[in-house]
Amino acid sequence: MSLTLTAEEQAVAAGQSGQGAAMAMRIVAESAKLLGAPRLLPIASAHIDGALYHGDSGTLFAERLVEGGAQVAVRSTLNVGALDLMGCSRVRLDEPARGMARRMMEAYRKLGCEQSWTCAPYQAGHRPAFGTDVAWGESNAVVFCNSVLGARTNRYGDFLDIACAIAGRAPDYGLHLQENRRATLVFDVSALPAAFLASEIAWPVLGSLYGREVGNAVGVVAGVTGHPGEDALKAFGAAAASSGAVGLFHIAGVTPEAPTLDEALRGERPEAVIRVTGEMAARAQASLSTAAASDRLDAVAIGSPHLSLAEFDTLERLIAGRRLAAPIYACTGRHALAELDRAGRRKTLEASGVTIVADTCVVVTPILPEKAGAVLMTNSGKFAHYAPGNTGYAVLYGSLRDCVESAVLGRPIFTELA
Amino acid sequence: MRGQLPQAVPDAEQGDVLVAGEAGSGPALVLSAPISFWGGVDAKTGRIADVRHPERGRSIAGRVLFLPGTIGSSSASAVLMELVHNGNAPAALVLHEPDAILLLGLIVAKEMGWRTPVAVKLDRSRFAGFAGREVSVSAEGLLESRGRLTVRTARRRPVRG
Repeated sequence: MSLTLTAEEQAVAAGQSGQGAAMAMRIVAESAKLLGAPRLLPIASAHIDGALYHGDSGTLFAERLVEGGAQVAVRSTLNVGALDLMGCSRVRLDEPARGMARRMMEAYRKLGCEQSWTCAPYQAGHRPAFGTDVAWGESNAVVFCNSVLGARTNRYGDFLDIACAIAGRAPDYGLHLQENRRATLVFDVSALPAAFLASEIAWPVLGSLYGREVGNAVGVVAGVTGHPGEDALKAFGAAAASSGAVGLFHIAGVTPEAPTLDEALRGERPEAVIRVTGEMAARAQASLSTAAASDRLDAVAIGSPHLSLAEFDTLERLIAGRRLAAPIYACTGRHALAELDRAGRRKTLEASGVTIVADTCVVVTPILPEKAGAVLMTNSGKFAHYAPGNTGYAVLYGSLRDCVESAVLGRPIFTELA
Repeated sequence: MRGQLPQAVPDAEQGDVLVAGEAGSGPALVLSAPISFWGGVDAKTGRIADVRHPERGRSIAGRVLFLPGTIGSSSASAVLMELVHNGNAPAALVLHEPDAILLLGLIVAKEMGWRTPVAVKLDRSRFAGFAGREVSVSAEGLLESRGRLTVRTARRRPVRG
């Protein structure tokens, strides 16, 4: 079926609303043709991942839209950039890249995007209503938006996210369609010990395993008793979207499109049931570490996705006023930073040896010192996945409690084993 | 066969144009595994940087690149557009199936007024016949190969917008 544009969409593409708007509409329409979408649909909001500097071409594109007079048509939050504009941490990005990264962030501001600079916009007040169509980028935000909020988005890539935000339209296909949101696989965790399921590490570890097992299919997790909390779902989704191309998951009895297992499956038989064993979970946990036995610890990184205030509460409780021997890089957004500043909590954290990283994070831009053979510890499945390739640091995976105890001691220590 | 140059075997396949662009020719690089452009290909040089990829260390710049599959990083489009902009894009892209995120890099580069290579769709079962040969791809999607590969590199001139 070929793409049909409305008269209004055609007029915008032809330049009726300016050259920037025309360019955006043509990009959305060309993508829709490639995807085989029959039409465009109106969207309620956007989350833009395209403002992270990968090279000059992306900056020139954003500036071309600004020159063409383009403005976003819907509420649009920004994902992380390559710089910490709040000045909490030092980014080792040299000129001319630094200047181009700054120009890029500035261009997105001029397009009318909110300066949220966070990969957890859903904890910074951007929560689309259940069932609404939106165009979100950033894999963890996409999966949270679909799975936990029940709004509908595909995995929008760089350029298409901002083009959709300006056009106020997205290709009508994929996860925007009800029939593609049905679970076809069951990921059954009921055989796992209750103590493991109640632990903090269960969610990033199971997320990592889930992503590898289901790939880009829609699955439903069965065997979870009780809501594990929003930060646990955030960690599960981020890990799943790192190890697989997961855009939507369901958890029976927890997420909004899965009041029951049967409803997630829409009454049909699943194509496969993955019965998770303790051994599978242990292997998944082990695979998150690349530096299996190390006495060395150079840094701890937490906050992928960005830390919520509740997670800062836990961090403070675990540090308990002690001085850290190894630095903890705590990545977050302005929404949490403002609150930490107001209450004087940031000063206390920094005095104990925590480096707050705002607007960006340690795996997308050079913040960690360059060191040969360095070892990073994290409680984030997503950091564990990307840190070795993007930072050169080998990774040790552990709970937040173990991360903090290790940072205090200056060497890795594991007290909580699966 | 040793010591004897293989016969020039003209071979042709008609692909479907996915994104229109300039005809291109160069040595074929047939990837034996899917690739993620973000993290997998160096955006400055076009070198395959993924240490787990079988063709790691090879460059896609100036090559007719045959992609059996892509792993969908949402920044693949940014990497491909950056390669177009700095002159290290492939001479042409041949994909087993359309990847909207990757090809968006070409769509946006065209909107920027930059010269982009043609991208065509061809079943991956037809890829092997092109391996190691000099291949040209017409703007209409006709792939032709001739002889065995002798030229090592063919770089596109940098394009500035």
